[in-house]
Amino acid sequence: MDMPVPNAAVLAAKERIVARLLQVLPADAVIFDPAETRAYECDGLAAYRCPPLVAVLPRTTDEVSAVLRICHEMGVPVVPRGSGTSLAGGALPTADCVILGVARMNAVLETDYENRFIRVQSGRTNLSVTGAVEADGFFYAPDPSSQLACAIAGNIAMNSGGAHCLKYGVTTNNLLGVTLVLMDGEVIEIGGAHLDPAGLDLLGVICGSEGQLGVVTEATLRILAKPEGARPVLIGFDSSEVAGACVSDIIKAGILPVAIEFMDRPCIRATEAFAGAGYPDCEALLIVEVEGSDAEIDEQLARICAIARGHNPVELRESRSEAEAKKIWLGRKSAFGAMGQINDYMCLDGTIPVSSLPLVLRRIGEMSAEFGLDVGNVFHAGDGNMHPLILYDANKPGDLELCEAFGAEILKLCVEVGGCLTGEHGVGIEKRDLMSVQFTAADMEAQAWVKDVFDPGWLLNPAKVFPLAVSAGRRAR
Amino acid sequence: MRPGDEAELVAALRGATGPLRIVGGGTRHLGLGGTAALAGAEGVLETAGMAGVSLYEPEALTLVARAGTSLAAVAAMLAGERQRLAFEVPDLRGLLGRQGTSTLGGVVAANASGPRRIQVGACRDSLLGVRFVDGAGAVIKNGGRVMKNVTGYDLVKLMAGSHGTLGVLCEVSFKVQAEPEAEATLVWQGLAAELAVMALSTALGSPFDVSGAAHVAGLGQTMIRLEGMAGSVAYRSRALNAALGGGWAVVTDAASAQMWRGVRDVAALAGRPGAVWRVSVKPAAGPQVVAAMGARVRDAVYDWGGGLVWLLCDEVAGADADAGASELRRLVRGFGGHATLIRASDAVRQRVPVFHPEAAGVVALSRGLRAKFDPRGILNPGMMG
Repeated sequence: MDMPVPNAAVLAAKERIVARLLQVLPADAVIFDPAETRAYECDGLAAYRCPPLVAVLPRTTDEVSAVLRICHEMGVPVVPRGSGTSLAGGALPTADCVILGVARMNAVLETDYENRFIRVQSGRTNLSVTGAVEADGFFYAPDPSSQLACAIAGNIAMNSGGAHCLKYGVTTNNLLGVTLVLMDGEVIEIGGAHLDPAGLDLLGVICGSEGQLGVVTEATLRILAKPEGARPVLIGFDSSEVAGACVSDIIKAGILPVAIEFMDRPCIRATEAFAGAGYPDCEALLIVEVEGSDAEIDEQLARICAIARGHNPVELRESRSEAEAKKIWLGRKSAFGAMGQINDYMCLDGTIPVSSLPLVLRRIGEMSAEFGLDVGNVFHAGDGNMHPLILYDANKPGDLELCEAFGAEILKLCVEVGGCLTGEHGVGIEKRDLMSVQFTAADMEAQAWVKDVFDPGWLLNPAKVFPLAVSAGRRAR
Repeated sequence: MRPGDEAELVAALRGATGPLRIVGGGTRHLGLGGTAALAGAEGVLETAGMAGVSLYEPEALTLVARAGTSLAAVAAMLAGERQRLAFEVPDLRGLLGRQGTSTLGGVVAANASGPRRIQVGACRDSLLGVRFVDGAGAVIKNGGRVMKNVTGYDLVKLMAGSHGTLGVLCEVSFKVQAEPEAEATLVWQGLAAELAVMALSTALGSPFDVSGAAHVAGLGQTMIRLEGMAGSVAYRSRALNAALGGGWAVVTDAASAQMWRGVRDVAALAGRPGAVWRVSVKPAAGPQVVAAMGARVRDAVYDWGGGLVWLLCDEVAGADADAGASELRRLVRGFGGHATLIRASDAVRQRVPVFHPEAAGVVALSRGLRAKFDPRGILNPGMMG
């Protein structure tokens, strides 16, 4: 993975940059000792590391604005960071950058049940947003797997999804407003507690812009009343194609589960060995969860089970208690950990049309044999968001490169069948150089215009999202 | 100009020598408002020639169609599979006194979204992908046809509601929704707006998955809609009625659907004299805005739990006629939100911007984006300010 050559002038100016930052931030909020900046050298894509020049941990929007003004003036690149859980390298530093971490900005600013929103500082973790309102019967819907750790700032940057977004949508569908600090330090308010913008939907393009348009310091989020209950059913099949057909039939029948999760045999075996959830040893399994009162859940599950029976399942397990429900989810929730215990893995995130599921799974199996690397598939089947986990050995020379080449082939296949490179993790550095598989030069140019307008100097998270060749001329300005 | 396909659209835009007014079906075009730019020697670019569904996969809930495709044709096709566009497109022809046939591109350009917006999101939330031609004649695609997609920036959202000022849409893809088996509406007659919105808030803060929450002031009618499987709708009707203190009448299926078409299309204000505003604020502020506007308000329809207010106002004759714009926009600014002038006499529209004036920082960014996507300033210039 190539990164731009660090700006020598910026590296040489470290002392002056630190001095300026210390004028606007307390001493404990400016980290510049190389032993300490190392803590920020990577995010969840740990294969790539680079300590930043400086890391800052502001506490307020004003402090963020002051930091950005200084960096803008001095031409210093800034990489915003939520909790650093990105799987795509979205928070990977460059050697000449200031990491702007929002972790200390985690306050709840306002909760309003009558109007069903919460306003928080963006460093607050996803799960603790729900934590702030659940005693009163509400929750924040997007639920990325990393929700215990990941920050709302990062959720907004990547437009994060989660297992339950089949019903509730992803971050962009639940975001009402932001306080955004532009690279030159200007603070602007976009959206609020009302719905939809007066003019252009800037909020819509800020969400998912991977920290390249501005630093979100506060967010207004839609909160929903918690459903009365939820229960999953586990369905095992002797082929992935049949499992895929079952998903299509459930969707076609007009039933709206909150989640439809899929695991294939390699993943099932790994999680069984790891978590012992009692999954059947079969080719593919689905976990379908529905919500409502007990009677409503029974009504929906009865229909789902009837559809499933039409596909000759090898296993059909309804949960009748909280404990049974937990056990069904246990394997799915420990899938990544289980695979990680076997070996290092790379987690892909392409989305495909649900109708292409059988073809894509078959091709991934064939490619696995060609590349000589094992793959487990675990993903959100209801919306076609795949998560192939490619196993490799980080200590074996050439294995990471082989794994990346395999991953690239899978993503190209996703695009070929009408899908996309990333459904919820973001492009970051990981898929940056594959953007031209999905987009024409004109498509990418139009996206780059947006960055030109928000950040004309291309100082914010500059080496991400766009292939370096596309951004080179702009970054050099 | 009436291009029949993308290539002709590209040629039309590359060859354009002056401002163009982009027209879908002309059913929800908000028009000038304070700008004379379009009144001059403008050309008209009609998109209805680019019609046809290119992909419909009911089992994947996916529809891809050319932007000029008629909304009615698509609705009929979806209904054949017991599916629909989730966001409940308003038909404003009655309210605006227009003829014509809505196009999908026009729906997207206006981000036109009805009562179900509070449950399933707006048009922009169902929109999966776009292809459009920018002001310089370049074909640009963004998004796609899959349900989850964070690859690159989300220009799909940016195009929704951009009223033809950033590009001319040639293809749009949507996530569609299965029609529910049953629907029921709880109805209460005679509540004052403030109490009505409190009831709507209670309903929307309940776990019963409300898909419509409206109050039609003129009829004194408060309505809460539930949709889904028959058993579930029956259960939730009972449970919600109890949560609201009981005594709400229940209207089901066709009669319920009829009531919501009225809310969606703002039928209560159609054909009546006066200016019409569309106000978006947080729900509890809806009745407060209306109360503060006082005697100028002739009638109001509250949708989205109170957060969307359609206001019928006296225009007030004379040289300073502004249909209450200055007062209304001051109030709305105080609560946070915006007020769009949907319908007014030419005299008022010459004086009052159609779209709510935005803060300087937002204006600068929006102008910057328009300059990039439409460097010659030929796409509906002046439309959004």
